[in-house]
Amino acid sequence: MAKNYKRPESLVDVATHYCAGCGHGILHRIVAEVIDELGVREKTIAIAPVGCAVSAYDYWQFDCAEAAHGRALAVATAIKRVQPDKVVFTYQGDGDLAAIGTAETIHAANRGENLTVIFVNNAVYGMTGGQMAPTTLADQKTATTPAGRDVKKEGFPLKISEMLVLLDGVYSVERTSLSTPAGVLVTKKAIKGAFENQIQGKGFSIVEVLSMCPTYWDKSPADSARWIEEVLSQYFKLGKLK
Amino acid sequence: MKRKILISGNEAMGEAAIRAGCRFYAGYPITPQNELTAYMANAFQKAGGIFIQPESELAAISMVYGASASGVRAMTSSSSPGISLKQEGISYISGAHIPAVIINVMRAGPGLGNIWPAQSDYFQAVKGGGHGDYHMIVLAPGSVQESFDLTKLAFDLADKYRIASMILSDGILGQIMEALEFDDESKPPQPPEKPWALTGAKDRKPNIVRSLSMKRDEVEKNNLLLQKKYRRIESAEVRFEASGLKDAALAVVAYGSMSRIAKSAVESLRKQGKKVGIFRPITLWPFPKKQLEKLSGKTKKILVVEMSCGQMVEDVRLAAAKSATVGFYGRSGGGIPTEKQVTREILKMLAQKR
Repeated sequence: MAKNYKRPESLVDVATHYCAGCGHGILHRIVAEVIDELGVREKTIAIAPVGCAVSAYDYWQFDCAEAAHGRALAVATAIKRVQPDKVVFTYQGDGDLAAIGTAETIHAANRGENLTVIFVNNAVYGMTGGQMAPTTLADQKTATTPAGRDVKKEGFPLKISEMLVLLDGVYSVERTSLSTPAGVLVTKKAIKGAFENQIQGKGFSIVEVLSMCPTYWDKSPADSARWIEEVLSQYFKLGKLK
Repeated sequence: MKRKILISGNEAMGEAAIRAGCRFYAGYPITPQNELTAYMANAFQKAGGIFIQPESELAAISMVYGASASGVRAMTSSSSPGISLKQEGISYISGAHIPAVIINVMRAGPGLGNIWPAQSDYFQAVKGGGHGDYHMIVLAPGSVQESFDLTKLAFDLADKYRIASMILSDGILGQIMEALEFDDESKPPQPPEKPWALTGAKDRKPNIVRSLSMKRDEVEKNNLLLQKKYRRIESAEVRFEASGLKDAALAVVAYGSMSRIAKSAVESLRKQGKKVGIFRPITLWPFPKKQLEKLSGKTKKILVVEMSCGQMVEDVRLAAAKSATVGFYGRSGGGIPTEKQVTREILKMLAQKR
C-alpha cells in the first residue's frame, strides 16, 4: 500500500512548543502542506508574528523574518515590493493583527498589497498569559477581564475581517475554523486559495482561522473545539466574506 | 565629469541616496524634512526604485527593515518626533544585524516642540534611543556638500558592518541651499554580497532574520557579537575636523549647523590674535573621545556649544574633563546661539582662571 500521508518538506521534524490542543500546530502543518503542493518552498518568505507563534520559523523550512509586534504587514509589504517574484505571507494572531497592528493591517490591505495573510483568532493573548484580545467575546473571562469582558468598558469583539471586506484594495476574505476535521480541510482549501491569489497577482487575501486555546480558555481540548462550534463561530461567522 | 549644482541639504541627501544605489525609501511627512521625501518619490519615478508613503513612522521603519532584509539598500527619513516613533524599528534592525540608513533632520522638542532647528536628539541618536544595548553609526554633516558625502558613506558603512547608520542633520542644514559638487558619471557601487538576506531558500538552508531567541544564552551571545562589532567600528570609523588647535588656549567643540556659527566666532577672534581653535566631531558615534582626550592634554579650556541644553557636552566631559576645564553654552527649543553670543562665551572662558 502506498504511503500518502507524510511530513511536508516545508515542515521541520521537531516537536512544537505549543500546548496540548492548541491550533497552531495544525495550522503550521496546513501552511507547510500548501507551500509544498504549490511547489513554492524555495521562493517563500514568511513573516512571523509576536505572540505564541513568534518562533514559527523553528518549524518551517523556508526563509522567515521576525517583525516587531503588529508590524508584520509593513515588513511583508517591503519584502514583496522588493521581490515581487517571491511568495510572501504573514502569520499573525489577533493581538498582533487587530490591536497593536491595526494600522499596518488596514493600510497594507487598502494599498492592495499582493500578500497572503493568515490570521489566527483564538480570542485571547496566549503568549503573555491569557489577557483580553481585541477578539475576546463579550463576558469572556480573561486575565485582564476577570469578571468577563464588559462591552460598555472594553468594547465589542473586533470584526476586523468584516472591516477589511469594505476596502477596495482587498481581494479575498474568508473565515474558517480548526474545530472539526471538516473545518481543517476547509481551512486548508482557503489558505491554498489565498496563496494562489498571490501567485496569480490578484492581491490582498486574508484567511481568518478560529483556533483553540485550551490553556487560556480553561477548557479541555475537546471542549475548546466545541466552544468554537457553539459560541465563538456564532459571533465570528464562518464563510467566504469576500 | 564633475557637476556643480545649487541644492538644499534635504535634497542633497536624496541625491546621495540615489547615487549610493538606494532602491527603497519609505517616509512619512514631517517638517522640516519634507523636501527629501518628495525628492525620493520623484527620483525613484525616474531612476526606478520603490517609494512608499506609509501609514506611520512605525510602518516606515519596519518597511526599511523588510526591504533591507531582502538585500537592497533602504532608507527612511524624518524629523525628531517621527524619529522617536522609529526607535522601535531601529532596535529590531540593530538586534537583527540589518543595514539601514535613517536621516533625522532635527527640530525642537520635547513633544511636538516646533519646526525650528535643534540638536536636542543627540542622546537619542548616540546612546541608543530604543531598548537594548545597541548603537547606530551617527554622522553629523556641517554643510550641504557633507550632507551628500556622508549620506553616501552611511550606506557603505551600513552594509560593511550590517548596522543602522543615522545622518544627524537639523532644520538649518536641511533647508539651506548651497553648492554641491559631485561626479556625475559615477555609478552606484555594487553592494556587497548578502548571503544572510531573505531571497528564498533555494539550494541553501532557510535564512531567518530575527533578534529573538527563546534560549537566554543565545541572546547574550548576540549581544557580545554586537559589542565586538561596536569595538571594531570605534577603532576604524572615527571622523572629525580640527583647525587652529596647535597653539590654542581654548578649543570650541561643536557639530553640525552649530559648528558653522562657532567657526565664524573662532575665526574672528583668531584675527584679533586670540588663541582659539575649533574641534568638530563628524562621527558622533563612534565619538572622537581619544582625540579629545589628547586635545585636553594641551588645550586646557574647552567650550562646548550646542543647540540643546547640553547633551554632547557629557561625552566631551567624559573624554576631556580630567585634564581640561569643560564649559558649555547652548540654547534649545529652536533658539540658535548667535556668533555674538558664542564670542562672548569664548571671551568669558578665556578670561577665567583655571
